[in-house]
Amino acid sequence: MTKMKMKRQTLILILIAIGINPDNAKSFQGHGPNLGYAVSSEEIAAWDTSVFPDGEGLPKGEGSAQSGEVLYKSRCIMCHGKNGLGTATGVQLAGAQLDLTSEYPEQTIGSYWPYATTLFDVIRRSMPMTAPGSLSDDEVYALTAYLLFLNNIIDEYEVMDASKLPKVRMPNEGGFINIYKIEETLR
Amino acid sequence: MKKDRKNDLSLKEHEVAGNGLLDRRLFLLRGIQLGVIANIMPTNGFAKTTTDIDLIDPTWMHEPGEPFSIYGQPSAYEDDVVRFPVQNEIVPGNGVSWTPLHLMEGTITPNGLHYERHHNGVPKINPKNHRLLIHGLVKKDLIFSIDDLLRYPMKSKICFIECGGNSNAGWNKQPSQSEAGYFNGLASCSEWTGVPLSVLLAEVGLRKKSKWLVAEGADAFAMQISIPIEKALDDAFLALYQNGERIRPENGYPLRLIVPGWEGVLNVKWLRRLKVTNRPVMARNETSRYTELQPSGKARMFTFPIEAKSLITSPSAHMILKGPSLYQITGLAWSGRGKISKVEISADGGETWAEAALQEPILDRSFTRFRLPWHWNGKPTVLKSRAIDETGYVQPERTELVKKRGRHGFFHYNAITNWHVDSDGFVSHVYDKNENETTDSDINIDSDWD
Repeated sequence: MTKMKMKRQTLILILIAIGINPDNAKSFQGHGPNLGYAVSSEEIAAWDTSVFPDGEGLPKGEGSAQSGEVLYKSRCIMCHGKNGLGTATGVQLAGAQLDLTSEYPEQTIGSYWPYATTLFDVIRRSMPMTAPGSLSDDEVYALTAYLLFLNNIIDEYEVMDASKLPKVRMPNEGGFINIYKIEETLR
Repeated sequence: MKKDRKNDLSLKEHEVAGNGLLDRRLFLLRGIQLGVIANIMPTNGFAKTTTDIDLIDPTWMHEPGEPFSIYGQPSAYEDDVVRFPVQNEIVPGNGVSWTPLHLMEGTITPNGLHYERHHNGVPKINPKNHRLLIHGLVKKDLIFSIDDLLRYPMKSKICFIECGGNSNAGWNKQPSQSEAGYFNGLASCSEWTGVPLSVLLAEVGLRKKSKWLVAEGADAFAMQISIPIEKALDDAFLALYQNGERIRPENGYPLRLIVPGWEGVLNVKWLRRLKVTNRPVMARNETSRYTELQPSGKARMFTFPIEAKSLITSPSAHMILKGPSLYQITGLAWSGRGKISKVEISADGGETWAEAALQEPILDRSFTRFRLPWHWNGKPTVLKSRAIDETGYVQPERTELVKKRGRHGFFHYNAITNWHVDSDGFVSHVYDKNENETTDSDINIDSDWD
């Protein structure tokens, strides 16, 4: 028997003596007791509200800037201001005059946001902040369309839905440097 | 007068850098030095008092004390040691509260003082009605109850969490005059205990193309963010406990994702869902916010680790030194890339530097307390500290950081902080002379929490 083997055997004996199953001690690192329970695909679909740039996660429904404007004026304007120009309590969403390299850059949806789908996602999950989750999917599409229209990205009559929204190209899509990816290649 | 000169001479032997910075071991030295220190330490009133009867025979020694309490509270005389909240007027749950680092010692943040960043308030979650769903690119989608998770093998880790937007007043053209903690205290350090994420990901079984996790909280903002699976498998865990007790509601009760060393927003509170994906979701908080606009007009995205940073917490802004004397300079240093290997202090505005003593244990991705004795000669000067971490990264001067990143990145401000001491001993925040940016109408960047 090699010295190593002897050491290991002694260790196992000690573990057993103090009431620890050596196999369990080892599995403690990587394995749990498997207490999770199965979930149906319907439940997941209802729970999963993440919307990706390629459109994954977008629900049925539709809306245009025209209908969105009415909603904006009743649900959003108190924080985000007239025409999305922002107030002390809500960020500016549109109407950027100063570009991203200026002394006081204006980071709006039109000047800064890389993906149109993010708008749908955040409005549906977080807005309005005084009553989150109170907008229907049609209303979220309409508000998304209105904000894209305010930023001169789509026209007033264009209808946004699950197939059209991911096709909207945002002006600043190429404006980001993926630092994690750069660091990953260095690792 | 004569005595002072003698003390100055004795201390001179221990000088390790300009303007009175003394050997970091001075407080540990034995023998004659002890006498020297005793003579020059700031004196408080007690030793001299003999006539004030309350000090010798206080009333609380003549009456029974308070009974037991089921949950202890700080002394009523410490009621200024509180978080400093700044919140949105219409949505009061949107904002931040700073940890009062300038009023604290050691490295562990008490739970009631841990900084907060909420996007829409603190949810009152009944753990019986809370579940964690793990789904997406997995072999089996699974739901876990909190009671189930409490039965899992756990690990503990002491680590800091720092909001990506901490210290962002540093980008302003005028130096912030807030107290050190109310300017840099969106950072706190706790012992977190919970289930390694790798254990749960092994149970759901990752599919081949899994590269990212999308984490979602159960707050009114339904805060959502993407995290590389590599980090999730490395050292991320689902915390149920903070400093030995169940996590406080404002810090994510009943379940918080801990991503050691990475910016605060990734440490999702009130965790309810993890979606395994092959790409990031491009949520609002990883595109429109928590990205850093650079002078080129391009923005840095997915800047996860917190770079090394240090801060002198005492003396710091608003404190007053009581005359020429021996003082202890102390503060905190931390790095999201590992351990702090060295903290250097300058008492002459950066001309010379001395190595501070680091309080053991020095832990990975945790607050590290540093200390250095300093004999202040009563003349105006500038104090600085700079951290160096185990990767060799050196905390930058503000001029250097601003030159590289501009002033509109909002996040990841980690420059050296300068504390100016005037001849009256009053401490204030200053920028280096060469960066005195003249402006009359600057927009304060740190007011923009949304």
